[in-house]
Amino acid sequence: MKFARLIALAAVLFVSVGQTITVGAAMAEPIRIGEINSYTRLPAFTEPYKKGWQMAVEEINAAGGINGRPLEVISRDDAGKPGNAVKIAGELVQRDKVVMLTGTFFSHIGLAVSDFAKQNKVLFLASEPLTDALVWTKGNDYTFRLRPSTFMQAAMLAAEAAKTDAVKWATVAPNYAYGKDAVAAFKQVLSKLKPSVQFVDEQWPALFKIDAGVTVRALEAAKPDAIYNVTFGPDLGAMVREGTVRGLFDGRTVVSLLTGEPEYLEPLKGEAPKGWIVTGYPWYAIDTPAHNAFRKAYEARWNETLKMGSLVGYNTMLSVAALLKKTGSTDTAKLVAAMKDLKVSTPGGDIMYRAADHQATMGSWVGRTDVVDGKGQMTGWRYVDGAEVLPSAADAKAMRPAN
Amino acid sequence: MGFYFAQFLTGLASASSLFLVAAGLSIIFGVTRIVNFAHGSLFMLGAFIAYSISQHLGFWLAVPLAALCVGGIGWLMERTVLNRLYGAPELFQLVATFGLVLIVQDLALWIWGPTDLLGPRAPGLTGVVRIFDQPVPEYDLFLIVVGLSVLAGIWWMFTRTRFGVLVRAATEDREMLQALGVKPARLFQATFFIGAALAGLGGALEMPRQPASLLMDLNIIAEAFVVVVIGGMGSIAGAFLAALLIAELNAFGILVLPEITLVAAFAAMAVVLAVRPYGLLGKPVTAAPHAVEIQPPQTLGTPGRIAGGILIAVLLALPLLADDFIVVLSGDIMVLALFAAGLQFMMGTGGLISFGHAAFFGLGAYAAALLVRDFGAAMVPALLLAPICAALGACVIGWFAVRLSGVYLAMLTLAAAQILWSAGIQWQDVTGGDDGILGIWPAAWANGTTAYYYLTFALSGSGIVALMFIAQGRFGRLLRAGRDAPARASALGINIKARNWAAIVIAGTAAGLAGGIFAFSKGSVFPDTLAIPRSVDALVMVLLGGLHAPAGPIVGATVFSLLEDVLSRLPYWRAMLGAAVVAIALFAPGGITGVFAAWLRRKREHRA
Repeated sequence: MKFARLIALAAVLFVSVGQTITVGAAMAEPIRIGEINSYTRLPAFTEPYKKGWQMAVEEINAAGGINGRPLEVISRDDAGKPGNAVKIAGELVQRDKVVMLTGTFFSHIGLAVSDFAKQNKVLFLASEPLTDALVWTKGNDYTFRLRPSTFMQAAMLAAEAAKTDAVKWATVAPNYAYGKDAVAAFKQVLSKLKPSVQFVDEQWPALFKIDAGVTVRALEAAKPDAIYNVTFGPDLGAMVREGTVRGLFDGRTVVSLLTGEPEYLEPLKGEAPKGWIVTGYPWYAIDTPAHNAFRKAYEARWNETLKMGSLVGYNTMLSVAALLKKTGSTDTAKLVAAMKDLKVSTPGGDIMYRAADHQATMGSWVGRTDVVDGKGQMTGWRYVDGAEVLPSAADAKAMRPAN
Repeated sequence: MGFYFAQFLTGLASASSLFLVAAGLSIIFGVTRIVNFAHGSLFMLGAFIAYSISQHLGFWLAVPLAALCVGGIGWLMERTVLNRLYGAPELFQLVATFGLVLIVQDLALWIWGPTDLLGPRAPGLTGVVRIFDQPVPEYDLFLIVVGLSVLAGIWWMFTRTRFGVLVRAATEDREMLQALGVKPARLFQATFFIGAALAGLGGALEMPRQPASLLMDLNIIAEAFVVVVIGGMGSIAGAFLAALLIAELNAFGILVLPEITLVAAFAAMAVVLAVRPYGLLGKPVTAAPHAVEIQPPQTLGTPGRIAGGILIAVLLALPLLADDFIVVLSGDIMVLALFAAGLQFMMGTGGLISFGHAAFFGLGAYAAALLVRDFGAAMVPALLLAPICAALGACVIGWFAVRLSGVYLAMLTLAAAQILWSAGIQWQDVTGGDDGILGIWPAAWANGTTAYYYLTFALSGSGIVALMFIAQGRFGRLLRAGRDAPARASALGINIKARNWAAIVIAGTAAGLAGGIFAFSKGSVFPDTLAIPRSVDALVMVLLGGLHAPAGPIVGATVFSLLEDVLSRLPYWRAMLGAAVVAIALFAPGGITGVFAAWLRRKREHRA
């Protein structure tokens, strides 16, 4: 008897929670978008992203949706497993009948979903993954990417690095694909801009397991003029603390990828490094009407400040809306055709999805870190348009497999 | 010279911080024989609680208070969950404590939010001391002192106090101690408090070194396991020695070979276990001579056969009845069931605990993917060679593993899986690193949801049935003899080690086949097929289904997949999954099949 009741309870639970959490209003037949991300694996980066796209969806629907139809986003957690992401992608396409897929944070999950998109002929707008392979060596017809890639961000920093006097460089990057790509791209671009540079040491701490003390000492032992850092998250905090106390950064140029993004810079508070050349997102200082409106709306909606992920999430749904409005159809072939050279006005500026390699020209802000009122901020920054650092359309196309 | 000495000191500081965590884990294991996966969560809680307290009371008060709080949390864990697991098979301990990890993860996310929290530095210890003209942070020296003091303190407690004597007595012979009028329960609670407080202290002392983050728990636990196993489980001096070895290996290793960081600790552990199976200072765990308890083999029985027949019929008809997604999900479940069936065979029938079963799954998946990408193999030969490659891997790992038993065996398999995982991430030229291998889709004739589903059904189904036959047959009976009564079985001339080795190879083959099918169904392979969470998934499925029931893997894989599919749509779903797993481990040790069988029995008795 007890067991039968247990079964009944399980069945009720199953049915009651089987309803997917959805965002969107129920007026006309909604246009469904499938969204997958690693919400439980890396909440520090995916939560602000979610708030960004949720706000965009609310705004789009408040303004009448897409040609009278509301946008509905079905959002799912892949728990950081690519196999799950592919399974969920299948469910979204086959069962929920979404018109396209968006999302993903980790590069490998982005690649897995992109391969699924190619196989199943469905459009995939990768919002956050950074790997170059996604649009170049492993690019395909159905995959487009929003955020500036590893190569683009590394190239922005290499251009700044070439302007310094530093000749002997040491690098430190987490020991996995993103770290390796980021170091390779930086070396490639910097060596081209300034052939006299030498790379005297490289350190590869395990991701999120850095032994910062010994890593800092190993870098110090190589006596470089400058350091290129790719560590992020908790590793970055550890690097900054151990490096500062040991004087590693004194009198050295430091160039650091993504460190200016609020996700990474804010936790450091008053101990944020000063004078590092970084890519990031100085949301507190961007003073354009479009960005001011975005910032005001976000702060009012969520009662917290902007992160990089917020902007990426917001831009993702802006892109989706622009695409659907331009196409006026939900047919995949038409959507893919319309994605090429699609122009979108975002809070950060106008962007375009290049037809040659399916990469958006969303750029990044490059500047120097400083501590202002006890908080880490970027100063002396400028916005670098993605188009400035992308290879030419012909070069980009040459890197893509023929398919 | 000065440089190397300073590098040594830096390594020593890291060793101290690692030792604090490992010491707690080792003490808890030494006394209670519980392998506490949630020890990393206690470390993480230490860091977060210390951060919160330090915002009001400053650094120096925050550290001891956080340690006490975490000690209290450890005590609570013992009272509510772990005290029911004393003497339970390691499977239950590992899975239940992993459930706690999931619960604490979501709890910490709920309380402290997703952002990393950088705590204050230690006031008074923010500068550097110059030793041989090299800057050495004062805080590093302080950590070294703390590590050595804790080592001395524990040694003193265990050898010089009445409490220590009683704890050691409880470890040796609980019943005798009870007969002498001492309540071991109190001792165990105290041990848990101390062990957890050490983990909390370790976490709190990390404040000046790294931000408190939600990734700390799983990051530290693998390393802490390594230290405890290298040192010898239960040996405090061994833990210190091992922490020193690992930290210095890293400190000097990266000067020569910067890319050694991922693999060094696990490679060291594999070497130590191969040479000294019980760790540097560990003693062989002499299982107390207990009465031979024969676990009778469970068979399907008539209702089981009927249910099996119905299941096969339903599965065959499924593509006609259900939509594509259900078909894909069912295919995934069959792959997982085969994966779990191999593990269940090894653990249930063979009594061999694997904590790194993902190694074989991943080997199969990567073998299939590499054959397709680099050798242009077609799908069928790739699917046939995948289990063979996994079997070869199982041969090698098994050769080392059969000389160990219990927790040591589990840890060696964990080390093997971690080494393979490191290779998956690092050997980029071959494995593609984190970016994996893409484009591994089925051949044209099997490409399509329905076609691939039937292929999966045929391969997984025959694999599972074959495992059932082996388990019920002569080989399985001999394996069980070695499991339940090794001494008698040996006396009868059964070569237990050879049988166990063969069992590991069989389990590895099944996992390899599952991995191969999985690769083609997802179209890609990534290092996560080799990672710890996949091994844990297999353990959870075996537990859910029931360790000894023939239908266990099928039931376990089904329930696990459906639970994950349904729960992952909800916020804080990991805590719910964790709670479900803990509940099963505590209240339904026979798994779902066990509950069902008991219900059937009761119903029959009721009627009679």
